[in-house]
Amino acid sequence: MALLTLAATLLVPVIAVALFLRARPILAAVPLKDLLLSTAWHPLKGEFGFYPFIMGTLWVTAAAMILAVPPSLLTAIYLAEYAPAGFRAVAKPLIDLLAGIPSVVYGVWGMLTIVPFVEKTVAPVLNRSLGVLGLFRTDNPTGYGVLAGGLVLAVMVFPIIIAVAEEVIQAVPQGLREASLALGATRWQTIRNVVVRRAWPGVMAAVVLGLSRAFGETMAVLMVVGNVVQVPHSIFDAAYPLTALIANNYGEMMSIPLYDAALLCGALILLLIVLAFNTASRLVLVRFLRPG
Amino acid sequence: MTEPQIRIQDLNAWYGSAHALKGITAEIPARQITAIFGPSGCGKTTLLRSLNRLLEEVDGTWVTGEVWLDGIDIYGRGVDVTEVRTRVGMLAPKPFPLPMSIYDNVAYGRRIHGMHGRLDKGNGRNLDKMVERYLRAAGLWDEVQDRLHAPASGLSTGQQQRLCLARALAVEPEVLLCDEPTSALDPISAQRIEDQLVALKEEMTIVVVTHSLQQARRLADHVIFLWLGELVEAGPGDRVFQAPSDERTRAYLAGDVG
Amino acid sequence: MKWRRAKLVERFFQVLMIGSAAVVLGSLVLILATVVYKGISALNLDMLTQVPKGGYYMGKEGGILNAIVGSLYLAGGATALSLVFALPIALYLQFYAERSRFAELARLSLDVLWGVPSIVYGAFGFIIMLWLGMRASLLGGIIALAFLELPIMVRGMDEAIAMVPPALKEASYALGATRLETAVKVAVRQTAPGLLTAVLLAFGRGIGDAASVLFTAGYTDRLPDSLLSPAASLPLAVFFQLGTPFPAVQERAYASALVLTAIVLGLSLISRGLARRLNKHVIR
Repeated sequence: MALLTLAATLLVPVIAVALFLRARPILAAVPLKDLLLSTAWHPLKGEFGFYPFIMGTLWVTAAAMILAVPPSLLTAIYLAEYAPAGFRAVAKPLIDLLAGIPSVVYGVWGMLTIVPFVEKTVAPVLNRSLGVLGLFRTDNPTGYGVLAGGLVLAVMVFPIIIAVAEEVIQAVPQGLREASLALGATRWQTIRNVVVRRAWPGVMAAVVLGLSRAFGETMAVLMVVGNVVQVPHSIFDAAYPLTALIANNYGEMMSIPLYDAALLCGALILLLIVLAFNTASRLVLVRFLRPG
Repeated sequence: MTEPQIRIQDLNAWYGSAHALKGITAEIPARQITAIFGPSGCGKTTLLRSLNRLLEEVDGTWVTGEVWLDGIDIYGRGVDVTEVRTRVGMLAPKPFPLPMSIYDNVAYGRRIHGMHGRLDKGNGRNLDKMVERYLRAAGLWDEVQDRLHAPASGLSTGQQQRLCLARALAVEPEVLLCDEPTSALDPISAQRIEDQLVALKEEMTIVVVTHSLQQARRLADHVIFLWLGELVEAGPGDRVFQAPSDERTRAYLAGDVG
Repeated sequence: MKWRRAKLVERFFQVLMIGSAAVVLGSLVLILATVVYKGISALNLDMLTQVPKGGYYMGKEGGILNAIVGSLYLAGGATALSLVFALPIALYLQFYAERSRFAELARLSLDVLWGVPSIVYGAFGFIIMLWLGMRASLLGGIIALAFLELPIMVRGMDEAIAMVPPALKEASYALGATRLETAVKVAVRQTAPGLLTAVLLAFGRGIGDAASVLFTAGYTDRLPDSLLSPAASLPLAVFFQLGTPFPAVQERAYASALVLTAIVLGLSLISRGLARRLNKHVIR
């Protein structure tokens, strides 16, 4: 049994090494700078510039986090500090349900609801009012793009941030709240100045875990983001995140030289980033939630 | 005798279905130290916490009755609970310094109420002076004056409790409630807190809950003895300790029960 | 006057908080409503009991049996495989390593594994397949999914076994039982509902995953006849069939989505019910 546990512990580095070994050919063939910064993606010609995909991932993830974090934290605070016990008992399992919905189902929902919403409602309104800022301009006639991806991902990320943040806020000792209330502070003043302040590292860890999930999500985002190889300049532009790239092209992977190495290199980059985020968050949370 | 600071009228409290306070009627005299004592579970802390309405912050608690503070029933309709708590301050058994610097801890009360308004009794905008004043009143100034902006968590337990005292004083309450204020402290720190409380009674009314009879004898001008949620006896400390009128009080003081 | 302002600020944020909670819960309702609405009209006996006829991209007849059976085999096999490894690991962590540095490291690794994107598991599974000379098949999918499910199962089991009061463990040792005997007889029996919950949770996660089976399990419109033949899966059924221009084929996609969601939610409800039963029977 000890050996099995050891094996499980080593699994993460093993996966990383396995990916690295298969990705080595491309790392040898193309200088790292070009791999990461070039926008030329022509596998048939042997050109593998990951830049558009890295940017695609960053844009969609950023959109998701901006949309997800405020409502998630507010909901977590509400559940931990204000909600009556009955509401909490019902709401928490329902929010967990959100976490269990498969990503393809999110994708279907995104295609049926979010994409038309962006196309017919959000884009025209924002384009007219704020189109002056490149960020909100659109030449994209469809709703498929960064914003749609961000909206769908935001909903996927809600349950993670809410669950962890709520737990961390609950863990703040009651005596601390009472100390603030006894001075005549309102509940909200207490939450803002004392509770959240004390729980801040844990709250940040919750957000980073959500970020990590958004980063690694494949199917849902793939179905709504447009999958056009370009660097996005507006939230309505189509994008092509790294995960979607790998998923869409695994079929041709083995038939074009270096393509498999390139895609697995993409997977490696993904793994390393997610690893960094998750390890940091988990370490913070372990310290934070330790009793006493 | 002058008007009592607090008049408690038929106060009842429940934790769910447990009847914790049964029809308490009592008076807390102004500018004296009143000690509430009695065996474990008799309702001392419950009674104390109903005086600044902190009791209702716990789910499932229920309070009926009246508590008159200077002519206003704090449980009356339309009374702002945060205002009650600025007039009736509290010191908890275990010090909970806020997650900020020593300076910010003391200034916290003022800051959340804004520096202007009825609390600003001529001290003007000078928060520094105010912080110093209350740290002195709590007997902590000398030890922290050169590290006011260090985190409060770095202080020893005794120092933290004095910080909590300074913090409570900084909102200038009329009444200070102390819930077993020295139970977590070493004897030297405990002594310092007791000394500060005695000095403070010149300016405010103090109510102390204690499980130590010796502490009650040392500090109290007036005492209230509770037994299983009922008020058994109340009166000047000397009289009650020397000549208790109720059998239960006599038994508890003699150590026969408790 | 500052109090009034503080009260107003509090009211403002209370409104925002309730609004946020409404958005979160509303999204859940919207998603479920969409899935049910689109899928229910496509759901009929034929859909559930037949395989697609005329190819899964184009054929208008038949149903999604290939995907249903494929998914059950994939997730079932993966869960069984994962269980073989997860239970010993969980028992080891709780009974042998307990609070040691190694246990902390192991738990951290497992938590990190839990967060690894499923497409990375798919890529890893793919590499293993190449190494073993396998082609996209049921077995390949099972291996990739087993890796995905392992951290979920171990974590769930770890938490379930942790609920056994230490006094019970000590009583067992005091009676002369070895650690292994205690682990198996006392803990497993006491926590059987909790362990089952962990297994169901992992199964639910596995059946819903697309990215890891994408590379490794292949796809087909037939039922898998052996471990080495490709297998369809509900998530991929949704994905592939949604992409076609034929409405009839898209109908199959919606039906698949509904069936998949129903399975996952059903499992979630069952495991929640089990968790409640666990709390009733635990000796305190």
